[in-house]
Amino acid sequence: MRRLILGHTTEFTLLAVMVVLCIGLSFGTDRFLTISNAFDVLNVSAVNIIFAVGLLVVLISGGIDISFAVAASVVQYVTALALGALGGGNWAEGFIIAGAVGIGLGLINAALVYRLHIISIVATISTFNIFFGLLMFFTKGVSIYDLPEWLTTRVVFFEHEMADGSWVELTLPVVVMILCCFATWFMISRTTIGRQLYAFGDNPEGARRFGINIGAMHYISFGWLGLMAGIAGLMQAHYAEEVVPNALYGRELDVLAATVLGGARLGGGKGSVIGCVLGVLMVSITQNGLNLMGVSPFAFKMIVGAIILIAITLSSARIDKLLPFLAKSNAKRGSSHS
Amino acid sequence: MKAIAQKFNATFGADMTGPAIAFLAVMVIFGLAANNFISSATFGSVAFQLPELGLLTLAMLLPLLTGGINLSVTFTANLSGLAAAWVMQSYGGVDASPAAFLLGVLAALATGGAAGLMTGAAIAYTRAHPILVTLSMMIFLRGLGEFLTRGGDVSGFPSFIAPIGHGSIFGFPIPLLIFIACVGIWQLLLTRFKLGFGLLMIGSNIEAARYSGLNTRRILMLVYTLSGLMCAVAGVIMLARFNSVRVGHGESYLLITVLAAFLGGIDPFGGFGRVLPVFVALIVLQLLSSGLNLMGANQHLATALWGVLMIVVMAARTIVSTYIASRRKKG
Repeated sequence: MRRLILGHTTEFTLLAVMVVLCIGLSFGTDRFLTISNAFDVLNVSAVNIIFAVGLLVVLISGGIDISFAVAASVVQYVTALALGALGGGNWAEGFIIAGAVGIGLGLINAALVYRLHIISIVATISTFNIFFGLLMFFTKGVSIYDLPEWLTTRVVFFEHEMADGSWVELTLPVVVMILCCFATWFMISRTTIGRQLYAFGDNPEGARRFGINIGAMHYISFGWLGLMAGIAGLMQAHYAEEVVPNALYGRELDVLAATVLGGARLGGGKGSVIGCVLGVLMVSITQNGLNLMGVSPFAFKMIVGAIILIAITLSSARIDKLLPFLAKSNAKRGSSHS
Repeated sequence: MKAIAQKFNATFGADMTGPAIAFLAVMVIFGLAANNFISSATFGSVAFQLPELGLLTLAMLLPLLTGGINLSVTFTANLSGLAAAWVMQSYGGVDASPAAFLLGVLAALATGGAAGLMTGAAIAYTRAHPILVTLSMMIFLRGLGEFLTRGGDVSGFPSFIAPIGHGSIFGFPIPLLIFIACVGIWQLLLTRFKLGFGLLMIGSNIEAARYSGLNTRRILMLVYTLSGLMCAVAGVIMLARFNSVRVGHGESYLLITVLAAFLGGIDPFGGFGRVLPVFVALIVLQLLSSGLNLMGANQHLATALWGVLMIVVMAARTIVSTYIASRRKKG
């Protein structure tokens, strides 16, 4: 247990903070600590969590991607048009088209990074502009509202009316999110490819000399994020019941902040699915709690921003460096013990 | 040919090659494709559009040179603009005096500087990755701005500030002159001042810089404060140009500023780069969008082409450097 906690400091710190936050909020409002509210939070954060686990894989492999949210918008649009051309389609076709287009866009990023040696932040900022510019140019910013019937109908796997009249609903985005989390967890911690991704992210040159296929690592990580972005795009279209070309614009930075809050390291080699999920949930829970407490919606982002800022600063700060006198007294105590 | 290349490198520096070739390419292609491209109208529009993006790019430049990044530039500019707007509003709005405007500018600079200082202190003292600190700062500042303005815009300023956004002196647009002055200051800072040298050293190797006796924390804090001050200048120019302040104005410039800086030969890992190639790169980007505008395409296509241009330039750099490396091996 001790080893488990020491090995996952960020995740446990985050969990502890979340528990404290939840206890505080449940005293603040009586609506917060109900099962139906917990499911509401899950429903709202499903899309972001799918994005986040995809981004996690790229971060672990030492890259960064700015373009995935815009890529998801492209996927939404292409899928909607393709389904229209197919004369309706169904869920299986929707997932296949969205996944394939997403992977394709991810592979473009991978090729730029690997083949042309453009560092990932520069490459993905460029593709961000290309994807978004072309999407807005070709669609002229027009949204699609007449989506196929099956896509916009809410799919509920489980529902139950609670004693107080509120509903507990397990909807499709949440189920897909759980599957995506499980798949990502399985890939990064139970397969050779996953171990290679960690090794590559931690030390690319070392990994290369060790015989790891560097090209494959790039294509797998960006391809995985592309797949997740495609699925997330489809889920967002399903959830919002419309396709708006700039709906996901700007989402990338929010997801990046939440992912890193969950312990993924920029620079690679570190991060876990559970931390990533906790990071996104932390932000959603804060917003949900503020909402229930009746705080003005305009203040949400400010408070969330402040929390992320404090959390990131504290998690990176080494207390002994911030407060040298504390470290000294600790060192003295340490030496007197030994 | 080789002699010309060497002469060029000696005069302008090797990092000028990319932007210069891109500049020539854009001029030739649009000069041939659109018959009214090379005209004073085009250059007028470029001259008026350049400063907003340009000033924000300058704000992005110094952190990039230290190996960091400042993702909060656009919202720092918005908030600084807000500060200026409020000072003017509280001194009578449309009837505010020039003194009130000056006070507003000072308030803007103070706001920008304070935001920058906070960011810089967080980065310098906690050693958190600049992307994270400035990203969360960005989310915070955006939220703060939206909270304070309730998502609306603040307008109603005295008429004498309009020339700062639209006026000209001797045929030169005033915002362009302000921008060129800021380019000059940054150029001086990087080439003639200890701070400029120090920040480049930090970008190359922060540990080595610290062991060489540079006060890296102080330099980092100064860099982000200067970046915040430059955002404030951009915020005031934007206020004068739009005659209103809204949180979210210029939001789309954020990633373009990074693109412009890298296009101008700034090393993505920091430590190397100059101001003038970035200036040329900015002109290229603006010419590209004006040219496309003339040909009837919209800004979105220009955005996409900015991305393509960036990839082409970066790819060309890789190919040229591997070519040179292979030549050296043979020789």
